[in-house]
Amino acid sequence: MDSKFLLINNLHVKVGEKEILKGLNLEVNKGEVHVIMGPNGAGKSTLANVLMGNPKYEITDGEIIFEGTKINDLKVDERAKLGIFMSFQYPEEIPGITVENFLRLAKMAIEEKPIKVMKFKKTLREKMELLDMKEEYAARYLNEGFSGGEKKKSEILQLLMLNPKLAILDETDSGLDVDAVKIVAKGVEQYKTAENSIIIITHHRNILDYLKPDYVHFLMDGRIVKTGHESLIELVEKEGFEVLKN
Amino acid sequence: MAERRKTYVEDLDRSIYDIKNEFKYSYKTKKGLTPEIVKDISWNKNEPKWMTEFRLKSLEIYNKLDVPAWGPNLDDLDIENIVTYVRPNTDMKYSWDEVPEDIKSTFERLGIPEAERKSLAGVGAQYDSEVVYHNLKDDMAKKGVIYTDMETAIREYPDIIKKYFMTVVPPHDHKFVALHGAVWSGGSFVYVPKGVSVEIPLQSYFRSNAPGAGQFEHTLIIVDEGAFLHFIEGCSAPKYSVNNLHAGCVELIVKEGARLRYSTIESWSKNMYNLNTKRAIVEKDGTIEWISGSFGSKVSMLYPMSVLKGEGAKAEFTGITFAGEGQYLDTGAKVVHAAPYTTSTINTKSISKDGGVAVYRGSLTIAPNAHHSKATVSCESLMLDNKSRSDTIPVIDIRNDEVDIGHEAKIGRISEEAIFYLMSRGISEEEARAMIVRGFVEPIAKELPLEYAVEMNNLIKLELEGTIG
Repeated sequence: MDSKFLLINNLHVKVGEKEILKGLNLEVNKGEVHVIMGPNGAGKSTLANVLMGNPKYEITDGEIIFEGTKINDLKVDERAKLGIFMSFQYPEEIPGITVENFLRLAKMAIEEKPIKVMKFKKTLREKMELLDMKEEYAARYLNEGFSGGEKKKSEILQLLMLNPKLAILDETDSGLDVDAVKIVAKGVEQYKTAENSIIIITHHRNILDYLKPDYVHFLMDGRIVKTGHESLIELVEKEGFEVLKN
Repeated sequence: MAERRKTYVEDLDRSIYDIKNEFKYSYKTKKGLTPEIVKDISWNKNEPKWMTEFRLKSLEIYNKLDVPAWGPNLDDLDIENIVTYVRPNTDMKYSWDEVPEDIKSTFERLGIPEAERKSLAGVGAQYDSEVVYHNLKDDMAKKGVIYTDMETAIREYPDIIKKYFMTVVPPHDHKFVALHGAVWSGGSFVYVPKGVSVEIPLQSYFRSNAPGAGQFEHTLIIVDEGAFLHFIEGCSAPKYSVNNLHAGCVELIVKEGARLRYSTIESWSKNMYNLNTKRAIVEKDGTIEWISGSFGSKVSMLYPMSVLKGEGAKAEFTGITFAGEGQYLDTGAKVVHAAPYTTSTINTKSISKDGGVAVYRGSLTIAPNAHHSKATVSCESLMLDNKSRSDTIPVIDIRNDEVDIGHEAKIGRISEEAIFYLMSRGISEEEARAMIVRGFVEPIAKELPLEYAVEMNNLIKLELEGTIG
């Protein structure tokens, strides 16, 4: 059971009346990095959202098993408490709640116990430094008025502070310049241990210059059509997605 | 969050307001409004003749004016069913020990005597129609600060009161202020002498206990040249099945270079018609700062007005309104720029839920001579469900081209995506909603006196309970 960290069986998902995922299978073990690529509209973001439990997405068939527990019907916060984390493609702006307060409340909610304030502050400072975020961001309202790049860094800061078991990065590298991709990758690298796993959903291979995936999956039309090594990416870049259809 | 001192109203919740005392009084008028009742009030208060005449004249004006046809529906408010004057079972004391036990314990529950010991320079406490306690710390009195109830002020400072009483807000302004002129009772008078800075706030608390009664306290504050004062006004009442009426009047005079901060948190019960009138006249380089929290009442019509009379005068208005089930809160602010180089900033937020209605109604007037004036208005509303309503009704009248005006209004709901986002970090749905609401009011909450900011957060938490289906 231990090795089956995340198991997705025959997953069918609808948004409104439209079926997006049409029998998706995926297996992720502890300590692995998986990359999911695919054309626009293939269902990549849907997969991220449905793993996190976004109520807009409806599972019509199949199951998601996380560390031996079927989580299909768990609420979003319950999944977060099990150790699932999603880095959002477009993080929400939450005015009036500072980054620091928010992280403290989130950490308390997840750990279900009070946290040590001094230690928390110290860790927060360290992680912000790692991500090249100015200290004053801790006192700013969560994502409010942040640039695209700052929002992505804020997501990785949350990842590092909450330290989940499974990190799903939904287009975390998109819209970033080369330097920002490097910093984000550095953050993700620091997060990575043998005890946790990462699913990277991306359009680009830039981030893969820094993070070495164990598997690359191609998602097309609601299914994973091909799984393989990083070299697959080169093939697709040369030949286009069509090459995978056979 | 910055470091905050421990406060005196921790864990205060609405139930504290709702504790009723047995209805005791030493005198009350009959229901309704007649010249006899008005004379009766004046006679009871042993007033000078000019005040009796002022009251009777106000009554005449009241009878001539119509109930405002705009805004909330006031059909249910029947003055024939309102007792306009209820004298509590005590006269005014300068020591809490002498205040009757039931009244004293009411104010203790509201945290007033404790606040007075810890963080206020003076306190006035009104119970129904009369002030039952008033006190000012010695060092302030030595500096010449006057803080007393209006009845004492009429006796001891007749010239000042006669000169200013209802000149900032005259009785013919509208029907309910005419009513106020006829039956007013209680309230506070403050005078801060030239150059004196009252570093810690004064607070007047108005508690209405009698069912079916009106409360008509009058507050007159004069901050003389270069002086500073922070005045806090609090009010509450227990809930009854009959309508109560509050038609207070606040007149503020800010002299040259003076600054007055006037903070209010209003927690009336949901059977209260709160038809209150507040106005400040600000002279050269003076500043008025309004902080206004409207949480209670069945119907509120409240638009504190700043008249920027002298060059360089400033007004800031910060308001928060929370309308729940059965509440129609029509609130806002008015500013008149009547001199050059004047500045005003209006910043309001409102929340409505469970069918509550929160309306921002404001007006901004720039007079022809008010060149180089600057005004910004920003109002934001958050509706927590589909049953609730929010409107923004700003009136802007600009008579000079050389001015700088900004206006922004936003009406919205809590986004489901934001809830999902917060929940994905382990936060429960209820807490996520409360967090968004708290965040929404945070820029206002930090302007409130600390104890009231805590109270507001408690109210929000309380008001949000049970909203998740």
